Amino acid sequence: MTNKINSPAELKELQQKAQKRIDPQKPCIAICTGTGCLAYGTQNLVDTLRTEIDQRNLSDQVSIRTTGCHGFCERGPMMVIYPQKIFYQQIKNEDIPDIIDKTIQNGEILDRLLYKDPVSGDKIVYEHDVPFYKKQNRLVFGMNGLIEPTSIEDYLAIGGYSALAKALGDMQPQAVIDEVIAAKLRGRGGGGFPTGWKWDATRKAEGDPKYVICNADEGDPGAYMDRSLLEGNPHSVLEGMIIGAYAIGSSQGYIYVRNEYPLAVENITLAIEKARELGLIGQNILGTGFSFDILINRGGGAFVCGESSALFASIEGRTGEPRAKYVHATDRGLHDKPTTLNNVETWANVPLIIDKGSDWYAAIGTENSKGTKIFSLVGKINNTGLVEVPMGISLREIIYDIGGGIPNGKKFKAVQTGGPSGGCIPEQHLDMPVDFDELSKIGSMMGSGGMIVMDERNCMVDVAKYFLSFLEGESCGKCTPCREGIRQMRKILDRITEGNGTMEDLDTLEWMCPAIADGSLCALGGSAPNPVLTTMRYFRDEYEAHIKDRKCPAGVCKALITYTIDQDACTGCMVCARICPTQAATGKKKEAHTIDQAACIKCGACYESCKFDAVKVS
Amino acid sequence: MSEMVTLKIDNQEVQAAAGTTVIEAARKVNIQIPNLCSNPELEPYGACRMCMVEITHGKRTRLVASCIYEVAEGLIVKTDTERVNNVRRLVIELMLARNPRHPALLNLAAQFGIEKTRFDVEVKGCILCGQCVRTCREVVGVAAIGFEGRGTIRKVAPPFNESPADCIACGSCAYVCPVDVIPMKDKGGVREIWGTQFPMAQCQGCGRDIAPKRQLEHFAKITDQTLDDLTKSCVHCR
Repeated sequence: MTNKINSPAELKELQQKAQKRIDPQKPCIAICTGTGCLAYGTQNLVDTLRTEIDQRNLSDQVSIRTTGCHGFCERGPMMVIYPQKIFYQQIKNEDIPDIIDKTIQNGEILDRLLYKDPVSGDKIVYEHDVPFYKKQNRLVFGMNGLIEPTSIEDYLAIGGYSALAKALGDMQPQAVIDEVIAAKLRGRGGGGFPTGWKWDATRKAEGDPKYVICNADEGDPGAYMDRSLLEGNPHSVLEGMIIGAYAIGSSQGYIYVRNEYPLAVENITLAIEKARELGLIGQNILGTGFSFDILINRGGGAFVCGESSALFASIEGRTGEPRAKYVHATDRGLHDKPTTLNNVETWANVPLIIDKGSDWYAAIGTENSKGTKIFSLVGKINNTGLVEVPMGISLREIIYDIGGGIPNGKKFKAVQTGGPSGGCIPEQHLDMPVDFDELSKIGSMMGSGGMIVMDERNCMVDVAKYFLSFLEGESCGKCTPCREGIRQMRKILDRITEGNGTMEDLDTLEWMCPAIADGSLCALGGSAPNPVLTTMRYFRDEYEAHIKDRKCPAGVCKALITYTIDQDACTGCMVCARICPTQAATGKKKEAHTIDQAACIKCGACYESCKFDAVKVS
Repeated sequence: MSEMVTLKIDNQEVQAAAGTTVIEAARKVNIQIPNLCSNPELEPYGACRMCMVEITHGKRTRLVASCIYEVAEGLIVKTDTERVNNVRRLVIELMLARNPRHPALLNLAAQFGIEKTRFDVEVKGCILCGQCVRTCREVVGVAAIGFEGRGTIRKVAPPFNESPADCIACGSCAYVCPVDVIPMKDKGGVREIWGTQFPMAQCQGCGRDIAPKRQLEHFAKITDQTLDDLTKSCVHCR
């Protein structure tokens, strides 16, 4: 398949050919080889799978599909066996022969590899019945499981590049923009700016050439949805970019991706090569006279380079520092030329809108937030993973129905959305719909999709301090409020968590937050006070407990806590004594233990290991 | 001549050429907006954030850096609001935490009724306004110094913290520094700056030091002359 495609009709032929390669009734093992599952050792499983299938001479009867991330990272390594869509999870190398001999050859379900619903206790056979997936609407991310990211044929087989053919073949550029405006697509990178308007402004701006850029400088702690899209379905991002370039009138695109995402870089690089071979990128795309090419720019990992003007500076070969944005990038962006910068997920939504129409798209979501959003659900949550939900779903549904609630019977305390510059949302707002504007109203934001769940054992002062430390390290240092202000706020929080805070410190923080937000040069500093503001707003009692009572109610801040052993509850099982790294926990077998406070380093290992809840923290 | 626009700064009507900045327009009508990194000889930079002003353009009111924000027809600028002053107080106190003693900062602080910073003081001296780095690049044209590191560890330094290979010892960096933290010393026919000794060139007429040899060589090169041409006489014996 190296011949260039010269028309939309030829593309259709190629799609049909790609489809025919695949027999839908032939068993296919789709195994997740996203970065998360690879870290579990999935590559071994894949190798074993291939060897065992070869040994049995079954390669004609069963195929293997190594896919990108499926999302349910908590349960990896995992596979889905088609056509029935049997879902196996936490698979070990030893399970492979049974999977082939019993399930593939005899249709027998392996009970031990099924997912057990922790609520009902039922074992679930099929992927679509797993509660984690049930409430999701995986329009963008669902394709990951259906294709090998390295195969453009796979993408064509599921109808890939149809939207491009439609846009280039049947639509004027302005009609493409109008469609995206009508779909009310908003930027998924955090800002939530209407994508269609951005395109329209870039199209109308004077200047040549015009650029389209994919922002893949994902950097929020714990967030990996953009990486997983680039790794798992790079062509969907490319297709979105080519359509956008056509609409805007751009001939050159860039993908700015952090170099710490090696698999994403590899897969997107390969995808560009394949697309170029087929003439989907390059000169005279699909014979329509439209030409467009894409270059990859690997970033060095600076968080601030996700900010548009810093990203442009970085591509231009200068230090990745923001400049004042009193002129929009749509007028003067990269190289001072009109530029549209959209996030990975935004681009991946575009083919869907063009293919299925804005009416279809706009029917999903709320009044002003349309479509779906991928969240990276992490922290104190049973089902860690990537979830794609329709806008308007409540936080409670995400955390409890999809996420399976809080582990170990602990109580929910807060959920942090919007990455390090988002806010911590307490229990009282859990029924809030997930919507750009609603999340801003309560002091947080949609952000790029980080969602960190916290339970009663998370100290909110410590959490605020953590995010400030992150931002302090990532500030570029150009403007004073961000460089010095975040550092000084972090120092105040240090004092408070060490038991040396004063009530005046809270006043100082309250005064600093709006001044830093107002005074900072870019959005990094502009939103940095959010974690402090929201934790002070919703968890002020915790701050006061640290200051007035010199106590950390969550039992986290080492200077303010003491571990003791409840003499009545202790059974003398000796687990704490064995696990204690400083031999502070001691006692005889079947006798109550004690902790030597002078030797205790407050690591909490005894607390975590005690099966009888005898270790108390106060 | 470029197009003129009319804007209002603190209720005063001001005419300014399109493309100029708010801080320049304010200067023309004697409204002094405090700043630490703005310099008419340099490209706008917008880093210190002392010069923030509140603007209303159309329906939106927001804070912008007046050293970068360009004038526009009908723009309403307020330089002395509570929101503006809050940012300035924050910036001053943060600067004082880096440099608690320089008169330039203390005077500015006094204007806002600040005696001392409430923040943890870590004396660094340099306030990272970048005037030295920008002057060296934009005015002198040699870019011998730059910023090193990111964020709170950012500092001004020659490349690799070595003796600056491109420095011509002109001393412009020390001259523009608003808080006088770039040491420079002329003694015994030698100028010392950035930890490096630069020999001075002497006047062929009177034998006095004229300027560092490297600086004169640089001038000779860009003006198509020779070092010999430039040292024939000096201001003292001309």
